[in-house]
Amino acid sequence: MERKTVFRGMTLPALLLLPQLAITIVFFFWPAGQAVWFAFLRQDAFGIRTSFVGFENFADLLADPLYLETAWNTLVFSVSVSALSLSAGLLLAVLADKQIRGAGAYRTLLIWPYAIAPAVAAVLWIFLFHPQVGLIGRALNAAGLDWDYRLNGGQAMLMVILASAWKQVSYNFIFFLAGLQSIPKSVLEAAAIDGARPVRRFWTIVFPLLSPTTFFLLVVNLVYAFFDTFGIIDALTKGGPAKSTETLIYRAYIDGRVNLDLGSSSAQSVILMLVVIALTAIQFRFIERRVHY
Amino acid sequence: MAPRRAWLTHVLLILGVIAFALPIWIVLIGSTHDAATIGRGEVPLLPGGHALENYRTAWGAGAAATAGIGVGSMLWNSMLMAVLVAVGKITISFASAYAVVFFRFPGRMLAFWSIFITLMLPVEVRIFPTFKVVSDLGLVNTYAGLIIPLIASATATLLFRQFFMTIPDEFVEAAKMDGAGPLRFLWDVVLPLSRTNMAALFVILFVYGWNQYLWPLLVTTTADVETVVIGMVKMIGSEANTEWHIVMATCVLSLLPPVAVVVLMQRWFVKGLTETEK
Repeated sequence: MERKTVFRGMTLPALLLLPQLAITIVFFFWPAGQAVWFAFLRQDAFGIRTSFVGFENFADLLADPLYLETAWNTLVFSVSVSALSLSAGLLLAVLADKQIRGAGAYRTLLIWPYAIAPAVAAVLWIFLFHPQVGLIGRALNAAGLDWDYRLNGGQAMLMVILASAWKQVSYNFIFFLAGLQSIPKSVLEAAAIDGARPVRRFWTIVFPLLSPTTFFLLVVNLVYAFFDTFGIIDALTKGGPAKSTETLIYRAYIDGRVNLDLGSSSAQSVILMLVVIALTAIQFRFIERRVHY
Repeated sequence: MAPRRAWLTHVLLILGVIAFALPIWIVLIGSTHDAATIGRGEVPLLPGGHALENYRTAWGAGAAATAGIGVGSMLWNSMLMAVLVAVGKITISFASAYAVVFFRFPGRMLAFWSIFITLMLPVEVRIFPTFKVVSDLGLVNTYAGLIIPLIASATATLLFRQFFMTIPDEFVEAAKMDGAGPLRFLWDVVLPLSRTNMAALFVILFVYGWNQYLWPLLVTTTADVETVVIGMVKMIGSEANTEWHIVMATCVLSLLPPVAVVVLMQRWFVKGLTETEK
């Protein structure tokens, strides 16, 4: 789509574009290029000499069982977070979309958690589940369960999954609700007159009509679980115990910041970049297709 | 709807609301008790009498882990960051979208695509190289280093571009006929029409800026530019002597501004969010 009538001139548009382009080049393209370049370099132990090593950083990573385990953890973590927060968001949206008293109040009460920062969500969960301080954590221990997410890897994973999903529910809720409200009521009424019961109406009409929203949200949730949960993991478990809650982004951070292994950290960044590019490409292909419906 | 079903709907929705409100309630209550009560794990479900002193201590002195930097100054840093990120993103996105839509010049599409492609480069993916650029520019531990790298935004540019496309050609023709130049048209026609979009974007970007974690963690090493989210997590850092009552008061303070912005601007925000990110 192009406009027919436009203004003439070169200087003004150039000036208007300048700030955005300058920031994009300095803080996006240049560092992204550097990440790719560093990924092929390796520094010696004293950081004095740097040599070009080709794909060695990548090969080392893919041969490292710990890296593969972290990749697997990330996958389990991301899929669990997405599945949980999508289904909770959908359920609440379906309920809040009904013609009931106080629907507006319910909506506000379910939308506000959007404002909670991931790291803050983690802190809230610590208050609940801390084995000595937390309300639920103490109750679990009193009930005879050996609850301490700081020592037990499985419990730690459960904690970061639940906290991450919890934080994302309101986002999914907002989008599902908007999707539900755009479904024409006449279609549902027709089905009701034909004798389709509510559950059947949901699975045969509502759910298929929501599929573009669901797919969009799936990609957004996966990206969220990959990257934005850094704050949750850092505040809750710091990747531990024994790396059981370490995700790919967390490891890239540790290798770069703590272990100062710039080559490996950059190679990890490049791998993550490829993941984002793939996810974004899938999303845009899908949206292109949806336009033609 | 049958009454029995309506009843079930209410129960489920109330359970959902509680699942989000309960943690906040606990923190709110916790922040009104003294350290000993919380440390013993006896967080009651009703408020205690230490609210005033806890908040005063948190606001002015912070916790031991933050070396005497109060939450008041952290909140100021967060506020500055959130507002400047939001206003900065909106301003430069508005300007660049205007240039791309209302002008024809060589390299126009190249400019547009190079902005668009940054969608695929979230800050988390290029943290260290970006950090290196910022430190080479001498911007570590400055507000500029904290804010400017987060200001480029493909999403906001896309939203404005999409909206500008819907402005009828007749408006532009009329403006030209009346002798209005491009800047005048921007100021008198396009800007007023974009107000709703800007309000929605402001909410989304304010929350985005306020909630940043990884970037401020890297770029700020001194307490004077630290944001409240980072400061709070640091307070929990040393498990053994965490001052839980202060952490809880800080947690409440750190939640209030973004929640207030979302709730007060809910109508614009929901519209903006569902339209922006599609």
